[in-house]
Amino acid sequence: MPVFDLTATPLREFNQALHDVKSGANDTAFEVVNPRGHHSVAVGIDAPVVVDVRGSVGYYCAGMNDGGTVTVHGSAGPGVAENMMSGTVVIEGDASQYAGATGRGGLLVIKGNAASRCGISMKGIDIVVHGSIGHMSAFMAQSGNLVVLGDAGEALGDSLYEARLFVRGSVKSLGADCIEKEMRPEHIEVLSGLLEKAGVTDVKPEEFKRYGSARKLYTFNIDNADAY
Amino acid sequence: MSYHNPPTPPRKSATFDDATMAEIRRAAATGIYDIRGGGTKRKVPHFDDLLFLGASISRYPLEGYRERCETSVTLGTRFAKKPIHLKIPITIAGMSFGALSGNAKEALGRGATLAGTSTTTGDGGMTDEERGHSQSLVYQYLPSRYGMNPKDLRRADAIEVVVGQGAKPGGGGMLLGQKISPRVAKMRNLPEGIDQRSACRHPDWTGPDDLEIKINELREITDWEKPIYVKVGGARPYYDTALAVKSGADVVVLDGMQGGTAATQDVFIENVGMPTLACIRPAVQALQDLGMHREVQLIVSGGIRSGADVAKALALGADAVAIGTAALVAIGDNDPKWEEEYRKLGSTAGAYDDWHEGKDPAGITTQDPELAQRLDPVLAGRRLANYLKVMTLEAQTIARACGKNHLHNLEPEDLCALTMEAAAMAQVPLAGTSWYPGKGSF
Repeated sequence: MPVFDLTATPLREFNQALHDVKSGANDTAFEVVNPRGHHSVAVGIDAPVVVDVRGSVGYYCAGMNDGGTVTVHGSAGPGVAENMMSGTVVIEGDASQYAGATGRGGLLVIKGNAASRCGISMKGIDIVVHGSIGHMSAFMAQSGNLVVLGDAGEALGDSLYEARLFVRGSVKSLGADCIEKEMRPEHIEVLSGLLEKAGVTDVKPEEFKRYGSARKLYTFNIDNADAY
Repeated sequence: MSYHNPPTPPRKSATFDDATMAEIRRAAATGIYDIRGGGTKRKVPHFDDLLFLGASISRYPLEGYRERCETSVTLGTRFAKKPIHLKIPITIAGMSFGALSGNAKEALGRGATLAGTSTTTGDGGMTDEERGHSQSLVYQYLPSRYGMNPKDLRRADAIEVVVGQGAKPGGGGMLLGQKISPRVAKMRNLPEGIDQRSACRHPDWTGPDDLEIKINELREITDWEKPIYVKVGGARPYYDTALAVKSGADVVVLDGMQGGTAATQDVFIENVGMPTLACIRPAVQALQDLGMHREVQLIVSGGIRSGADVAKALALGADAVAIGTAALVAIGDNDPKWEEEYRKLGSTAGAYDDWHEGKDPAGITTQDPELAQRLDPVLAGRRLANYLKVMTLEAQTIARACGKNHLHNLEPEDLCALTMEAAAMAQVPLAGTSWYPGKGSF
């Protein structure tokens, strides 16, 4: 398995090696040591590679991942797995702002906490946060599922579209047009599957509350002006 | 003696003119601000207020039609492995599939390709038709990230990070429900028929330090092949240009307030941002102060209509221009042949700006299949190519008259200004003088 030491090898070489993996290749596992907060580690993956990053990373780790499995054995800076298309990204530690922003698919698992704007503008990605999330999370979230085992900060799901939010702990406040919704059997089923995929074994889906869009801001209405 | 008040002609208020009062009545009746397409309609200092001096005894002209005047431009020479080479310095500005019909987007791609220039996607992603018909396609990276994906990022010829646009610096987009057709909804991952809001700020970066990291990420994803543009609205051109350069841009796109939009509040279009003319010199100054003029290319847009406008923008220091509204007019927008239908919509050819309603008789700013099929993309593409070629010939004509064998050799000293305002904004002398406001500290 190729090992890239980012104190000795330029990041460009590592990302290029990931992009050079051909479909059907046998050698698809990579290890990164000494990431030391580098930005843009393992971005633009477009093959089913497996990347283990031994340490913490800066901005945009695994950005636009399409099919890779990236595990950060540390914490991640802002925008981890932004615009992910498919694949899996696991952060063993905490994640900074905008985790999973605009993600279109795949699964992002954060085993610690996530800061503000987690899942902002998400468009189909599934995000499971073992800890808590910060303010303005799921802002303008369009689709996908955000699962939070801990608490959510202020203005959760502001201006939400069709994304589903599941929070086990407290929610400091809901954003404009975000409301608590009934947890129906199909939601329990989706949630069970996500918890299982995220390696959560000691928590039941029934412990969560579901939040979604009231759909009152879907068309302009002057009587909703206070919410705009 | 009784006072006799002689009759006087009715006099309307300049402050409360017909348009102002009509807007007050409209607001009172509907309870919502006016939304429309296009750029500012107010008169602002513009390229019309500048003139070229031409050759004289102190400099000689080039022979029209005999001596070459080059028009090519290369964009993205700073970092990109694959810069874009264009035959002419007039590009097509970003306009979305969604705001425009598929046929209109195809026509823009065809016309740009025939003329040897680039076209640009918009808020909503890249369509196969657009990619297929565009030799050089710039892929916009917008706050909404609608339709954004790495596959399209890699098949683009350049990436344009959109921070703002001239019609609404600081504002996001909107696409009203009438235009959220099933295909548009699918591309944007939205429910059909809703009024779509686009964010005004990028979701995963805020200031220039973050932008530098974001640009680096985009370069890593695309293996440093693509030129990366940064587009800003005409707000603080000196600092925005300097910060874009600092952030690693290959190209700065600067859009003045005459630049169009698919749909924005009229109050925003008319009251936020600066005229294109006022933006160019500060941006060029920033590039020069950083030693980056011509290293980082500057594309200017907002109200470019003719080869004279192109030549004036280039003389003030731009490397290229972009056209949006003018390109739509070339392919048939606001054409008098649809006058009867414009009248039914309460407008008239030349004034129709309800692009957001999706009822465009010309079949351009619509998602209605019946209206869209009115636009023949092959013919419309040909019309755009013709127009681009005329603009180029016009710009060459002026450049030759000024003795230049490349459009980029035009200089501010080739210009004079007709008004004090234009002289101050363009920093070229008032006609017949050697002075402009601000020169010599007064």
